Amino acid sequence: MKLPVYLDNNATTKVDPRVLEAMIPFFTEDFGNAASRNHPFGWKAEEAVDYAREQIATLIGANEKEIIFTSGATESNNLALKGVFEMYAEKGKHIITAVTEHKAILDTCKHLEKQGAEITYLHPAENGLLTVAQVEEAIRPDTILVSIMFGNNEIGVLQPIREIGAVCKKHGVLFHSDATQAVGKIPVDVIADNIDLMSFTAHKMYGPKGIGALYVRRKNPRVKVTAQMDGGGHERGMRSGTLNVPGIVGFGKAAEVARLDMQSDTERIIKMRDRLENELLTLEESYLNGSKEHRLPHTTNISFKYVEGEGLMMAIKDIAVSSGSACTSASLEPSYVLKSLGLDDELAHSSLRFGLSRFTTDEEIDFTIKCVTDAVNRLRDMSPLWEMFKEGIDLKSVQWTEH
Amino acid sequence: MAYSEKVIDHYSNPRNVGTLDKGSPNVGTGLVGAPECGDVMRLQIQVNPETGVIEDARFKTFGCGSAIASSSLATEWLKGKSVDQALTIDNMDIVEELALPPVKIHCSVLAEDAIRAAINDYRVKQGLEPIAEEKSHH
Repeated sequence: MKLPVYLDNNATTKVDPRVLEAMIPFFTEDFGNAASRNHPFGWKAEEAVDYAREQIATLIGANEKEIIFTSGATESNNLALKGVFEMYAEKGKHIITAVTEHKAILDTCKHLEKQGAEITYLHPAENGLLTVAQVEEAIRPDTILVSIMFGNNEIGVLQPIREIGAVCKKHGVLFHSDATQAVGKIPVDVIADNIDLMSFTAHKMYGPKGIGALYVRRKNPRVKVTAQMDGGGHERGMRSGTLNVPGIVGFGKAAEVARLDMQSDTERIIKMRDRLENELLTLEESYLNGSKEHRLPHTTNISFKYVEGEGLMMAIKDIAVSSGSACTSASLEPSYVLKSLGLDDELAHSSLRFGLSRFTTDEEIDFTIKCVTDAVNRLRDMSPLWEMFKEGIDLKSVQWTEH
Repeated sequence: MAYSEKVIDHYSNPRNVGTLDKGSPNVGTGLVGAPECGDVMRLQIQVNPETGVIEDARFKTFGCGSAIASSSLATEWLKGKSVDQALTIDNMDIVEELALPPVKIHCSVLAEDAIRAAINDYRVKQGLEPIAEEKSHH
């Protein structure tokens, strides 16, 4: 077993060897520009792109013409929101989203607000879930778009996408989903799930970084987005720029492998995830964040009360995970996602997100269980808060000297 | 973030973790920080009332590696010092010894606050005036 153990697969995944193998020729031998129509180099590249487009479309139940390649999910989210806002300006300027969305959605919404958009930010329940009724109640005559993520990147909860999509359809409102964490991990079908636009990316599903896609529906209804970059009119005029052929080939292969291996991967990953989670939840005062039932198979997010997040991260340096602690991120605030679930700063600070992958082994899970358990116990032994808790002192009643 | 070797050493092998009898007249307890801020330090000293020398010092800290190291180091420095000498411990001495980066200076400030709070608790128990907060932090 190699250390550190990588359990941060919601951040990014290792490229699958099968994916890498498929990509290599397109850096060296078949390096042509897919837009070059006059020679075999271009034809070969175009053929590879077409094939990848099919592989990706098949994974999500779409038509290959509905796949617009981008640099990743952040760009896809920007293109979807800004592109719809501009294209459908005459219809209205109201957009509905949720406070637990990724920053690529929230910051884009902030940008659009400056351009005159009106945004409704829905608040999920304590388990991280939105209800269909919440979405329906927020729809107005001038609503042009609802954007709700498929699976949350921090806590892994899965929103009722199909039902939200149906409500949007009923009201004639476009529905976009940031499905970055879900595609390749769970079955996603844009037709059955009533999705009009969907962002996803290769590097969360064992593909390379720097290549993503926006699904844009072509029928019932035909959706159009205004391009956000001017140039050669690639990707049906919605996203100019020379196609990243090796990336696209890798993305395609990753999609194919995901589709074929999804069931067996998921069965194995869920077993390991549940074992990890159940063991860690046997620790006193440890809490699962987000819904236990409606969740991605490879993610668990647990808070350990009376243990400080950064101290905890330092104690488990042999495991690569993410923390809700402010200290480990650029901002000073602890995770806004966890806080929106009603967690206080303290619990948000002491959370760990574990993200498993198809490469995770039982041995790594055993190691992680032991490492985290030892760390939490050791830090609690030197935590005055734990001692006070054990003595039955209500920490809320203590007069703290804040800095 | 990279921690200095000394921080890692104190964090991995903290000195003097523990609890003294806070009811004892010879024990001073300082509890500083707040859970929401991510740092709570409890520092205790046991003073020989005859000599005024700190015979034992213990800490428990909820916080990052630098906070744990700062309080661990503080207990090492406190042992054997007189109460008056202990008051001269400056947070910048801790910063220097542990090579704390600027974002972690607050950990050393907290340790100094904890020392003063423990001394004041002891002084009050002994019927003395608490030391006024005359000194500004670096």
